[in-house]
Amino acid sequence: MISTNQHTVSSYTNSFIGMDEAITLKKLIANQSIRIENLDVFIEDQHILKDVNLTIPEKSITCIIGPSGCGKSTFLKTLNRMHDESPEVKISGKVFVDDENIYGPHVNVIDTRKKMGLLAQRPCPLPMSIFDNVAYGPRIHGIKRRKAINQTVIQYLQYVGLWDEVRDRVRKSATRLSIGQQQRLCLARGLAIEPEYILGDEATSALDPLSTKKIEELFVKLKEKYTIILVTHTLRQAKRIADHIIFMYLGKIIEAGPTEEFFNNPKKQLTRDYLSGSFS
Amino acid sequence: MKHLEEKIFKVIMICAAMIILGVLMYIIGTVFYRGLPALTLDMVTKLPGGGFYLGKEGGVLNAIVGSLYIILGSLTISILISVPLVMYINFYLPAKSIFSSMIRFSLDILFGIPSIVYGAFGFALMIYLGIRASLIGGILTVAMLIMPIMMRSFDEITRLLSRDLPDALLSLGATKYEMVKVILRQLMPGLVTAILLAIGRGIGDAATVLFTAGYTDNIPTSLNQPAATLPLSIFFQLGSPVEEVQNRAYASAIILTVIILILSFSARYFSSKFSKNKI
Repeated sequence: MISTNQHTVSSYTNSFIGMDEAITLKKLIANQSIRIENLDVFIEDQHILKDVNLTIPEKSITCIIGPSGCGKSTFLKTLNRMHDESPEVKISGKVFVDDENIYGPHVNVIDTRKKMGLLAQRPCPLPMSIFDNVAYGPRIHGIKRRKAINQTVIQYLQYVGLWDEVRDRVRKSATRLSIGQQQRLCLARGLAIEPEYILGDEATSALDPLSTKKIEELFVKLKEKYTIILVTHTLRQAKRIADHIIFMYLGKIIEAGPTEEFFNNPKKQLTRDYLSGSFS
Repeated sequence: MKHLEEKIFKVIMICAAMIILGVLMYIIGTVFYRGLPALTLDMVTKLPGGGFYLGKEGGVLNAIVGSLYIILGSLTISILISVPLVMYINFYLPAKSIFSSMIRFSLDILFGIPSIVYGAFGFALMIYLGIRASLIGGILTVAMLIMPIMMRSFDEITRLLSRDLPDALLSLGATKYEMVKVILRQLMPGLVTAILLAIGRGIGDAATVLFTAGYTDNIPTSLNQPAATLPLSIFFQLGSPVEEVQNRAYASAIILTVIILILSFSARYFSSKFSKNKI
């Protein structure tokens, strides 16, 4: 077992060696945003994630790919502690976010979740108006002033390109929007809590190609400010927008690296098989 | 052979549909045929005067008001208990918790208990506590009767809610309580359905109120006074040998039906109005 995550290490480990070995992505350790050490996740008796060691670089897009059931979504859920809601899930290991282990004893789960904006597979607007959907996060986090809320809502609706489409009906129910608009609304809602990270769990799989394109463009725009981690089913999407790729199979990280290198020169036979479509 | 099978089954299905429609028409027909002529303004605006049950003038205002008091009181109690319970077993307890299956199992049993048993239990409890037949006794007993109905149907609807909404709320950093507040808005139509089922069962039940609320020709002015109810009013009028009074029983049945309709429509109206507002 190699643990590369020493604060002094600043080199880029490009050796995507054995499955059990640590994999680090290209970034200085000092700038790293999420660092995962010896993460194991069990759901009842099933070993879902097996000894995951990983560093996710900040202000870039990292795509997690792999066949269904390989643990991608489970992994994403460990990052914002959504497994807390399911007592049958057992987690061991450390997940450092901003150098703080979010599974540590004195961590407030609300604070952790506030740092992570989650974009789910299917958009799920809250049962309230478009305006209130975006205002919900700031409101529950204690912003009372009407003016500040208005400003936030407009700012983020503009950011996701929804403001011009809905400005006449921001007080109407959000469920009337098209599914692509709903997903952008959910993104604006997530951004309004001012997270540092954006997690996307197959965030475009329910959308039509045009809406997918809009969301992808937003991700690319967002990576200037945020660290983005996406689970995706489509290799083409990963190729289009990712800076880094993590390939998972049966709960293990098989290979990880910069997008171009990953696709052009995969190191592992399993990766080559997956990319060539031998299994999915 | 197969063709014959098909035909026989079709006849059976059509007969079944006809029987249901026929029974419904027959009930409504009888109630309206006998009740409508007796349904005067006096029926809904006057208390039963002396000799009302022998054909003299008066109305059933005592029973209308009593029934409304009892159903509104018991609804309030059961909503206040049902909503927290259903939220607790669905969103606070883990999905496969033994405690929540125990609660659901108890609700199934309570659901099946006949109303006369609730009435007898309420009566025994009142004797023990030294309360005589009164409005409060009726309210509490009817609440016991309708609570399992409300909880069970609200629980069924809540379980159908997809995990997406709770997950979306939690990932925004909402606390469980903040989450439940939003979920309740989503579930409002389901809650209204549960309430309507409870109203239907509670307002028309005679056995629960027979010993516990008692009967009176007056409108109760405090919780300790007995209260009349429409089902019992119908029962007493039907028991009269005078045909005019029997017809008034059918008129009272029409009144009961209309009250249920009014409560249903207003519940639907307020729920749609409520769900449009902000938190």
